[in-house]
Amino acid sequence: MPRKTLARALLAGSALLALAGGACADEQHFPLQSYRVGPYAAGGTGFFGGFIDYLTLINSRDGGVNGVKLTWSEGETQYEVERGVEVYERLKSRPGIAAWNPLSVGIAYAMIDRVTADQVPLITINHGRTDSTDGRVFPYVFPLLLNPYSETSGIIEYLATREGGLDKLRGKTIAVLYHGSPYGKETIPIYDLLAKQHGFKVEQIEVPHPGNEQQSQWLTIRRLKPDYVVLRGWGVMNPVALKTAQKTGFPANRIVGNVWSNSEEDVIPAGEAAKGYVAITTQASGAEYPVIQEIVRGVYDKGTGNLADKKRIGSVYHNLGVLNGILNVEAVRIAQDHFGKRTLTGDEVRWGFEHLRLDEARVAALGAKGLFHSINVTCANHEGEGRVTFQQWDGAKWQVVSDWLKPDWAALRPIIEASSAAYAKERGLTPRDCAAEERADASTAKRASADGR
Amino acid sequence: MNPDLTFFIEVVLGGLLSGVMYALVAIGFVLIYKTSGVLNFAQGAMVLFAALTFVSLVERGLPFPAALAATLAVMVAVGLTVERTVLRPLVNQPPITLFMATLGVAYVIEGASQLVWGAQVHALDLGIDDTPFDIAGVLVSRFDLFAAGIAGLMVAVLTLFFRYTRTGLAFRAVADDPLAALNAGLRLPRIWSAVWIASGIVALVAGLLWGARLGVQFSLSLVVLKALPVLVLGGFDSIAGAIVAGLIVGAAEKLAEVYLGPLIGSGIEGWIAYVAALAFLLIKPSGLFGLRSVERA
Repeated sequence: MPRKTLARALLAGSALLALAGGACADEQHFPLQSYRVGPYAAGGTGFFGGFIDYLTLINSRDGGVNGVKLTWSEGETQYEVERGVEVYERLKSRPGIAAWNPLSVGIAYAMIDRVTADQVPLITINHGRTDSTDGRVFPYVFPLLLNPYSETSGIIEYLATREGGLDKLRGKTIAVLYHGSPYGKETIPIYDLLAKQHGFKVEQIEVPHPGNEQQSQWLTIRRLKPDYVVLRGWGVMNPVALKTAQKTGFPANRIVGNVWSNSEEDVIPAGEAAKGYVAITTQASGAEYPVIQEIVRGVYDKGTGNLADKKRIGSVYHNLGVLNGILNVEAVRIAQDHFGKRTLTGDEVRWGFEHLRLDEARVAALGAKGLFHSINVTCANHEGEGRVTFQQWDGAKWQVVSDWLKPDWAALRPIIEASSAAYAKERGLTPRDCAAEERADASTAKRASADGR
Repeated sequence: MNPDLTFFIEVVLGGLLSGVMYALVAIGFVLIYKTSGVLNFAQGAMVLFAALTFVSLVERGLPFPAALAATLAVMVAVGLTVERTVLRPLVNQPPITLFMATLGVAYVIEGASQLVWGAQVHALDLGIDDTPFDIAGVLVSRFDLFAAGIAGLMVAVLTLFFRYTRTGLAFRAVADDPLAALNAGLRLPRIWSAVWIASGIVALVAGLLWGARLGVQFSLSLVVLKALPVLVLGGFDSIAGAIVAGLIVGAAEKLAEVYLGPLIGSGIEGWIAYVAALAFLLIKPSGLFGLRSVERA
């Protein structure tokens, strides 16, 4: 090859490499450990569908986040831990990973050490380890909006509003029907603690996995004659609980479901038996919110929507996915404001999540007023003080029946810190000094502002 | 009536009615095992596929009888396909090979169900009110009584079929001794096809009743877990055994959960049936009504 031609070829090659590098530099990637087949596919298709729909909207409407395109890739897990870990190992080398969002307690537990070593945030919206709320010990894990203890407290606050105040719970009996798994058992001590604190009696009854037979549990409940039953279920356990409650004569409007018992998939199979059933949620369902309407117009009307069935737009899992998209995208945006408008590292996105403060005004500006309330994540508090509301199934759709309620975070924090301290001790970890980090951030911001002037 | 006694009766009755539902699934296993010696692990997947097909057709506007007929045709086709493409080529292979083959069939059917009909959950309304009625303070589920009636009817039909029809007698002959049956001129492949079709029909009945109880969703395939201790207890080759064992397992697990649960911890009914079945295996390995295999030296 003549020397000139070789030089040109090398030049062209370098240009292509630079272009390729440039393309990577303008992309922020979300690897998705989704589950679209298997026993939990209904939830998986809704959640990941909503998440992808929001990312698609940001790309098509805004050209990405400040020009940085959002990309994603999916790996099927069927909700199985080993598959989830395999997908993690397969996708973790993708450039520009922003965060992981597995929507699975088991997979999330298996990833904690890995994401901490790889310095990429792990988002466990509405689920995950309660003590990962303590960002001093779990810097890369974010149980955004609601951890299991806050959920428990939120449910008790709601029951108190129905009775006319927390003091009115004294002497009442609450039965908790929980799924026979680590997830189901996680709130046992908190219900016991709150029962002692507020003077009500609690009876906690286990339903063996998968929960397709509950006759004996509901007969026990019938004998107990509780004032309320809290359903901490998952999958098929939920409709079976509602149907068996009907069979044993327990009214649906006295059953309150937790955050994984609150979807259409939990009530539709129960038919008439679900009418009047109430469940906690961090995000309202329905398609009337501006952001959902934008998704309909900007994504589905252009044929790029992710849900196969458009009727599921605005369903509980779809809206949770959209909300998860909002929180991820805003964390990237906040981190970009700090580090620069470019592809960020996982650790930089972690910083973004730790400064994810969306007040009601910002939520409204994002088109999500009424969809969710607000979030205020800090270095020490990775949950972010999410508010909860309660919805009642009318036989066709969920209707919101409460205000946005605040769980009793102050009462829960010492228990969370005790648990995270035990974890830190067991692992030989030194908790971060969040106050020092925040001071350092403030002085950096001050310097940047002065430089700007 | 004494409230404790009323409660006890409710627990036992609820258990017996649940047991009938377990037996419904177990009968599908028995049919195949009785005639071919194969433990068909795909029975749960067939239950799921039948219910999902039926409910999806109804949701697409087909009237109930037409959807039922169409699903019946589909299940006949599934039974025939499994027998022709998987089991027949594996004739004379060791039982474990055949069992593994049905395990594979289970995964294929589960995957195909979601591929064809999607992953959504569905309500299945058979038009039977599930509000309980009160008999002297004991609440009884209308739906469970209806299901028990259907199961009883199915057992009666199957018993008459096995006793008084040529095909039924051929089934029994094959079950007793396949080689002798072959020598007597019975066509084994035809009989195996027929039994797989029958198993598909039983799966449809179980799918409709379980689907109306749980909703039609992937977890329907897990109802096999409830049928296994019933099979161990009743014997793998006895329809009557499946019913009696279903009643025993249903009542025992409810009584254990309600009365032993508070003492040793709740949530025991998932495994207590297996404990009972294991204990029974040690005493009578062929189950309550199963045929004891006798081999001459």
